[in-house]
Amino acid sequence: MMPLVEMRQIVKTFGPVMAVRGADFSVNHGEVVGLVGDNGAGKSTLMKVLTGVHQPDGGELWFAGRRVHFGSSVDSRRAGIEMVYQDLGLAENLNPIANIFLGREMTHSFAGLRLLSEAEMDQAGRRHLENLQIRLPSLALPVERLSGGQRQSVAIARATAFQARLVIMDEPAASLAVAEAAKVLLLIKRLREQGISAVLISHRLQDVLDVSDRIVVLNRGLKVGDLPREEATMERLVGLIVGKAS
Amino acid sequence: MQIEQATPTERPRLRLSADLLGRMGLGLVVLLMMTVLTILQPQYFPTRENLTNIARQVSSNAVLALGEFVVVVTAGIDLSVGSVMGLSMIVVAMSLHAGWMSGFALLAALAVGTGVGLFNGLALTKLHLPHPFIATLATLNIARGATYLLSGGVPISGLTPTVRFFGAGEVHLFGEGALALTFPVSFLIVMALYSLVWLFMSKTRTGRHIYAIGGSPKAAQYAGINTNRNLVLVYAVSGAMAGVAGILLAGRVNSGYPTAGTGAELDAIAAVIIGGASFFGGRGSAVGVFLGAIIMGLLRNGLNLMNVSVFWQQVLIGLIILLAVYVDVLRRRAMRLED
Ligand SMILES: Nc1ncnc2c1ncn2[C@@H]1O[C@H](COP(=O)(O)OP(=O)(O)OP(=O)(O)O)[C@@H](O)[C@H]1O
Ligand SMILES: [Mg+2]
Repeated sequence: MMPLVEMRQIVKTFGPVMAVRGADFSVNHGEVVGLVGDNGAGKSTLMKVLTGVHQPDGGELWFAGRRVHFGSSVDSRRAGIEMVYQDLGLAENLNPIANIFLGREMTHSFAGLRLLSEAEMDQAGRRHLENLQIRLPSLALPVERLSGGQRQSVAIARATAFQARLVIMDEPAASLAVAEAAKVLLLIKRLREQGISAVLISHRLQDVLDVSDRIVVLNRGLKVGDLPREEATMERLVGLIVGKAS
Repeated sequence: MQIEQATPTERPRLRLSADLLGRMGLGLVVLLMMTVLTILQPQYFPTRENLTNIARQVSSNAVLALGEFVVVVTAGIDLSVGSVMGLSMIVVAMSLHAGWMSGFALLAALAVGTGVGLFNGLALTKLHLPHPFIATLATLNIARGATYLLSGGVPISGLTPTVRFFGAGEVHLFGEGALALTFPVSFLIVMALYSLVWLFMSKTRTGRHIYAIGGSPKAAQYAGINTNRNLVLVYAVSGAMAGVAGILLAGRVNSGYPTAGTGAELDAIAAVIIGGASFFGGRGSAVGVFLGAIIMGLLRNGLNLMNVSVFWQQVLIGLIILLAVYVDVLRRRAMRLED
């Protein structure tokens, strides 16, 4: 069977900067892949190419056995790819529920008009937050009034609210307290149990080692390592990340 | 399960009160101004004639402000609305004088307004002009120049009853008896447009997306919202509103004159800011902007009644803008401190 995601020879440049220079990357069905690398190695860029936020300058994208082209995140979300972005990408002026449903609001028809179904979204959003054991001081206040960790929780809730096939988390635990960070790892394991694939980007290598089935190392926009969990050790990873092993 | 059922009743109330506080502040200002004016000018201010006059006078600015508001929510600005209002007014007058039926003249004015708005939106999104300030500053000048060119610089007076009806007409509600209420048609149009825009901005997906774009363009992009399409829409709405404002003004003064609406964009922006919208985008409501426009109208009317010169009026409007924004700053700070 073909992997769920297959990225081949992806190239992405920003003006003079070549962020990704011909990287391969794949995720199998129900697999958790750790993606590690130094600052600026191209991890976020590679994943944004996968979600359609960036258009690649070269390479091919395959999803669920088909060659795909994601023109924007609408397309990738429709295909079942969700992402917790490193900068979260929350609408600061909207409340958590509105953020969870942003771009996928529930509506109903009223007198020939399509209106937002606030009550339904509120209920479904609450249930989802409850399931994730996320507690927020208020669901009515705009996200800008939440703490960094609480906002991160909202971003995670948004990425898991809809039946996804692949959830990408870019530093999801960067500003979370120890207990909350552990919950994120648990959540990733739960996703895998439900057959949902996940990609975890993190600088906390121990976390990556804890949950990943396979670990991919990027170095200056190139894949320099692709290790099954059994072969991955802290030393090997660090060596690949800083570029000694090549 | 139990938690789920217990919370929903409690949270929406919280949202309501935070919202209400902001709006009530403006509502209280309106009430206060009306009370003060009634005390100061008991024989002139609270008369039906004067109140009807205020309603008619604020109409054009209120409609301009409504369009401007939708743009400001996206963290944009539309400087062209005053000129577009003038252009729309001249288009109405000229097409009527060319023998067009009133309906077509009105449609032409609306189309011109919407067209300039579309151009603004496309210049911003397709030509990638760095800031809406640029595109709309350009159309401010183009539309004003076109207005002078079309009219030859001279006023055109004498319009049809239909057009005058929209700007100067009245409707009688609740019969002829003691409860009879006479309402300027233009103000009814204002209220209808505000209701529509409120519904659009607060209760539809597109409205929600417009708020998201203003609050965080990146969030909108990640959520797959088509930012450019929404921006074009927003500027088109603003242009269309300026078209309506031109029609109302033409009907009110029964003419079209090429200087009409000069500087009106600043009054519109003032109403939007007094009404609680933020230049940083993502904030404000149609209700607030409505009150902002009313506050400006009451201020002008009251100062006129008290024979305060227009020069002082301008100074006062400036002070009110400062005050309104400062009060908002204080309110936000208080909200932050409370938890
Ligand atoms: N939108 C952008 N515009 C221009 N350059 C960019 C952009 N996004 C990323 N880059 C550049 O691309 C390179 C890779 O960045 P990227 O964010 O993918 O790294 P990363 O591996 O996620 O790093 P980190 O661990 O710090 O998050 C960097 O040199 C960065 O400066
Ligand atoms: Mg990154």
